[in-house]
Amino acid sequence: MFFRMVRGTFKRQWKKMLMIALTVALGASIATAMLNVMLDVGDKINEELKTYGSNITVVPQSEAVISSLYDVEGGDAQAEYLPEEKIGELLTIFWANNITDFSPETDVTVTLNGEEVRLVGTWFNHHLEFVKKGTTYQRDTGIINLRSWWDVEQGEWLNEQASQAENAAMVGAALAKRQNISAGDTLTVSAGGKSETLNVVGVYESGDDEDNGIYTTLPAAQRLTGSEGLFKKIEVSAITSPEDELAVKAARNPSLLSGDEYDLWYCTAYVSSICFQIQEAIPEASATAVRQIADSEGKILEKTELLMSLITLLSLLGATLGISNLVTSGVMERSQELALLKAVGAKNGQVTVLVLTEIMLTSIFGAAVGYFMGYAFAQIIGQTVFAASIEMSGMAAFLVAVLIIAVTLVGSIPAIRTLLRLRPSEVLHGGH
Amino acid sequence: MSLLELKDVSKIYGDLHALDHVSLTVEQGEWIAIMGPSGSGKSTMMNIIGCMDKPTTGQVIFDGRDISKDSNRKLTEYHRDKIGLVFQQFHLINYLNAVENVMVAQYYHSMPDEKEALEALERVGLKDRAKHLPSQLSGGEQQRVCIARALINSPELILADEPTGNLDEANENTVLDIFRQPHKEGTSLIVVTHDPEVGEVAQRIVRLEHGKILYDKKNEQFAEQ
Repeated sequence: MFFRMVRGTFKRQWKKMLMIALTVALGASIATAMLNVMLDVGDKINEELKTYGSNITVVPQSEAVISSLYDVEGGDAQAEYLPEEKIGELLTIFWANNITDFSPETDVTVTLNGEEVRLVGTWFNHHLEFVKKGTTYQRDTGIINLRSWWDVEQGEWLNEQASQAENAAMVGAALAKRQNISAGDTLTVSAGGKSETLNVVGVYESGDDEDNGIYTTLPAAQRLTGSEGLFKKIEVSAITSPEDELAVKAARNPSLLSGDEYDLWYCTAYVSSICFQIQEAIPEASATAVRQIADSEGKILEKTELLMSLITLLSLLGATLGISNLVTSGVMERSQELALLKAVGAKNGQVTVLVLTEIMLTSIFGAAVGYFMGYAFAQIIGQTVFAASIEMSGMAAFLVAVLIIAVTLVGSIPAIRTLLRLRPSEVLHGGH
Repeated sequence: MSLLELKDVSKIYGDLHALDHVSLTVEQGEWIAIMGPSGSGKSTMMNIIGCMDKPTTGQVIFDGRDISKDSNRKLTEYHRDKIGLVFQQFHLINYLNAVENVMVAQYYHSMPDEKEALEALERVGLKDRAKHLPSQLSGGEQQRVCIARALINSPELILADEPTGNLDEANENTVLDIFRQPHKEGTSLIVVTHDPEVGEVAQRIVRLEHGKILYDKKNEQFAEQ
């Protein structure tokens, strides 16, 4: 009998029920899209921020001590180096797959036509092969990815696989303009009594100080500094998890963590745990997070999540108001029928359950439709903003379900109040 | 013991005394017509007797128990178990067919039983129209469904508010004939009407005016019917 009455309502009030389902569907779709994007956005934003350079630097331990004591970068005079054969150790750590790019660097101040210029030797598109305990690790990496925002104004990116690449170089736009250098020119740079002749293959604009420098291959810089087989630092770009309390605690001193905390921290891609693992792999090195980038990630993530939470909240608020209006008007339209049920013996609770069942069934239908709409919205947002698909999370589905139930119940409160106030004596007999 | 007793009952809305110190006793198996012009307090009295409203002052004693101070929940239970309602406007649920409309009263009373509901429709001569929607029934037929719904839970009292108000003479007679059957079986009937012909079939006629009982007299013609 109960479901005959529910079915009857759906037949009779299908337009109103459709409107309620549509309202819920819209609310659920936005909530689904926002929650899924929000839960997936950490990785997406991290990936996005990786395009803005490295977030970890690896330097010799002694260099790190000097930096931390005197807050200065080690100059050419007291330069410390790491052996080049250790670079491959990065590919062996637990979070190796989160390391998207890396590049060793050796920098030196050189003289070019009487002007002191910073020259950096590095990898551009290097193919690295590393063998450890019988396992071969391979990776193509270099600053072509780490400096993806560089605008090559003239010529092209330095290609390490090209012939005579070892003496090739790229020149910053400001320096090129000042010294009238173009792609195809030859430069002679000298430092510490040694000199190198470099072929300019491209002129880049970076938008920062690097516009005044020269980038060349690592061997060229090693020859100038007399540090063959060595390098000064590695820039590492890694996909990291946002910092939380555990990460902050671990960053202070991992030995203070309990066993469980340590395992959780070690197996989470915090920037601090990745740094820790790099140091484990290269004991003579010190790996530190580039705070500016890590902090920006956290802030952007926080703001994005706040914005999405607000959008979710507003959409659900809208849905609540919509449901409230529709259900209340539905109850008022059916006041005679509902009053009659009371007149034939239905208690307030029974009539309330009947109306809530109708609304909940409608909401479940609307939420299911909304979930799939939200899936589509999330993919559109993912493709448009992050150029990647958004992974649908079970947690988001659960949260949407809970939120929709809450929205439906809260939205039904005014209608239920109207229902409880409904007096058969007034509705059926018409006053006194 | 009387089935129902109103003791000095008043119902006041602001300055309006819809019922003004009314006392009335209804015996088991009695058929009473409550008559009076519009605004005389008939519907108010019906609501109070039907446990759908509470008096402002006075007592309502049903089966020896004062229910005038009971909670709404208690009143609902009382009214569900003891009273059957018949309305002038029929008030059938328009998306349920005739038998389902009868079963609604069973559902909120105990358990819906289609066989019993069909028997109730048979008693009012509508078994063959059981699967028809209210919109497919005439006014007289709808009122008979309404009466079947009122009778389905074997109430002690049937309260009918202008039950023939929307019916032609033939249907009016049919409805009154149907009322005679439960009355013979001992069910009390209170029929609110302004139609003298409907009033004349009752054992007692109570006339209300301005919220007071103008007269309460036995219908001498009742025995002759």
